[in-house]
Amino acid sequence: MMISPQPIDAASLPGHVPEAAHRPLGALHRGFSGHVFRILPAAHSNTLPAEEMERRLIELGFVEGARVAILHEGLFGRDPIAVRVNGATVALRRREAMAILVS
Amino acid sequence: MDCCDTPAPAAARPDDLRLAIVGPPNCGKTALFNALTGSRQHVGNYSGVTVERKAGLAKLPSGASIGVIDLPGTHSLRARSPDEVVTRDVVLGRHHNERVPDLLLVVADASAPRSGLRLAMELAATGLPMVLVMNMIDIARHRGIEIDTNALSETLGVPVVTANSVRKGGLDALHAELDAILARGVPEPGPNLWSPPDAADLRLSHRAADRLIARAVTEPELPDTLTNRVDRVLLHPVFGLVFLLVLLFVMFQAVFTWAAPLMDLIDAGFGVVGGFVAAHVPEGIVQSFLLDAVIAGVGGVLVFLPQILILFLFILLLEDLGYMARAAFLMDKIMGGAGLHGRAFIPLLSSFACAVPGIMAARVIDNRRDRLTTILVAPLMTCSARIPVYTLIISAFIPARHVLGVLSLQGLVMFGLYAAGIVSALGVSAAAKFMFWRREPSPPFMLDLPDYKLPRPRSVAIGLATRAKAFLKRAGTTIFAMTVLIWLLATFPFAPAGATEPPILYSFAAMIGHLLEPILTPIGFNWQIAVALVPGMAAREIAVSGLATVYAVGGDSTSALGAILAANWSLATALSLLVWYIFAPQCISTLAVIRREAGGARWMWLTFGYMFVLAWMGSFLTYHLAVLLGAG
Repeated sequence: MMISPQPIDAASLPGHVPEAAHRPLGALHRGFSGHVFRILPAAHSNTLPAEEMERRLIELGFVEGARVAILHEGLFGRDPIAVRVNGATVALRRREAMAILVS
Repeated sequence: MDCCDTPAPAAARPDDLRLAIVGPPNCGKTALFNALTGSRQHVGNYSGVTVERKAGLAKLPSGASIGVIDLPGTHSLRARSPDEVVTRDVVLGRHHNERVPDLLLVVADASAPRSGLRLAMELAATGLPMVLVMNMIDIARHRGIEIDTNALSETLGVPVVTANSVRKGGLDALHAELDAILARGVPEPGPNLWSPPDAADLRLSHRAADRLIARAVTEPELPDTLTNRVDRVLLHPVFGLVFLLVLLFVMFQAVFTWAAPLMDLIDAGFGVVGGFVAAHVPEGIVQSFLLDAVIAGVGGVLVFLPQILILFLFILLLEDLGYMARAAFLMDKIMGGAGLHGRAFIPLLSSFACAVPGIMAARVIDNRRDRLTTILVAPLMTCSARIPVYTLIISAFIPARHVLGVLSLQGLVMFGLYAAGIVSALGVSAAAKFMFWRREPSPPFMLDLPDYKLPRPRSVAIGLATRAKAFLKRAGTTIFAMTVLIWLLATFPFAPAGATEPPILYSFAAMIGHLLEPILTPIGFNWQIAVALVPGMAAREIAVSGLATVYAVGGDSTSALGAILAANWSLATALSLLVWYIFAPQCISTLAVIRREAGGARWMWLTFGYMFVLAWMGSFLTYHLAVLLGAG
């Protein structure tokens, strides 16, 4: 997945660490726990426009700085994943979770 | 907006006031609605728009009553699926059939208040007066969550009350608040400042919700881990799926075995009534009508009430527990392979009860393509109206043996029929994906997994009572009318004088049956089945009462219908009819709801066409295979 290299407002966020330490949530496994760094949907990978994808993820609670933890994984391809975010548990597919950069 | 300082406007009559219940999904809106309105509720459909909303009248302690509508759950006014659109349109006054409510009752789940509070903050922008209800406060307290309603009220500028819809007195605070508002006069709505939020607005609203929660909600040191511990097993990649399969299996075994004693009781009851009629009503047309149409027909269908209620009991319990979303999570990948959305699992599972609510439940799927696929395959799921047909044939043709000591063979066949429905649904949707949507990437799957909650006996009881009432009503109206029609067709015209054959062979029913024979003979059906299939379009289970009536009028009224069938049909015919019923393009209500929900008659005809083709081909193969194997 392509990730645009220019952060827009990331530098202004609290706890900003170098880009290399950020991994997409969709590539991580059960037991991971960390914070949301940025939401960066790639337009070509979804049926939804990137802006809409971003809004939906925010609505689920994936806001910069939110604590996230991967609680469960599906059987086939470890997909989908169940993620604890902001005191709620949400299920999403790994492909969508690729848009969530975590540290 | 501050309701308390607004001067009272000219008091509108409370009866004219409309209170709309709004809240995120799964926050107990419907339980609150039921508690507010008591039994004074009815379910209505919007004409044209495809959404069910409930309306009722709430009686307040002061004696005033106020109109209440229950709107579909939504996380925000940025509606995406058709059910959310209704909520948005009503609240924003865009709905063509419902005026803007005078007062919003915003419901938040006190044990997980974030989404409800965000919705309340968003709704504040519409300028409508509102009351915020922190619902299920008992569960929140039990989990050690404390809510400072004064702080919430100060920050939001609206009255805030706590509520518990299932305990007596749990609505006292809400009642008092509503009475106080009525006494003051409902404030005029302010200007509507709502506009669709962009990503930046959403981030801001999240931060605002964070601050509000930090100020007014005290969460326990140790958060509730029970749900997580249970999920470690139930969402385990392997055990989770195994559990789901076992659960479905138990459900179908239960439908078959638990219901048996009750069904025998109902059957015996009708037997007694039949004996009384036979003894006291003189032989002739009246006796034939009572015995063959009323008792054999309607009684033959009423017997299945226990089975249908057991199935609904399972579905209602799983819904209330919060397991349905887990099932969607577990099934997403499997269903995704067949081109279905994980969310489609819930509508498809409800279709086991009846395809009509199942198809309507597909509204929660926001992507149109996913919704259409779900709607098209929903009628393949084994609805409860097939149970009477399956049960009748299985008990007549499959020996009541046990396999491996514990599993009933009849239950196994039943499970097989359900499995066949599921497999064919997956097959059809995979075919649809391959034919129509091969190149499109599949849309996102995102779903809340709510914390587990113990089902409320009261709400389960209300749900079951509603289904029982609907079934009895159907048996008393549609099924009764169709059975009478079949009886008329099977009775008239009378046989000519000096006829040598049984009179039914001269009836209209026989004529219709013979007319359809060329299509149905190749799949092993006789004309009696043909007669029963036609009115089965109105409701599948009419095929049972139809067969009962046709054979009863034909003179075979001495023994039970199952025994009659076993004597008259070959095993191949019975199996062929079972397979026909997996696919049979029925019933009319299902087809009508497909047309409405999919938005066009062509979807209805497409469904009818593919199901007819599958039914005919499946039955053809089954019949001839069975005959080849010596079951003809």
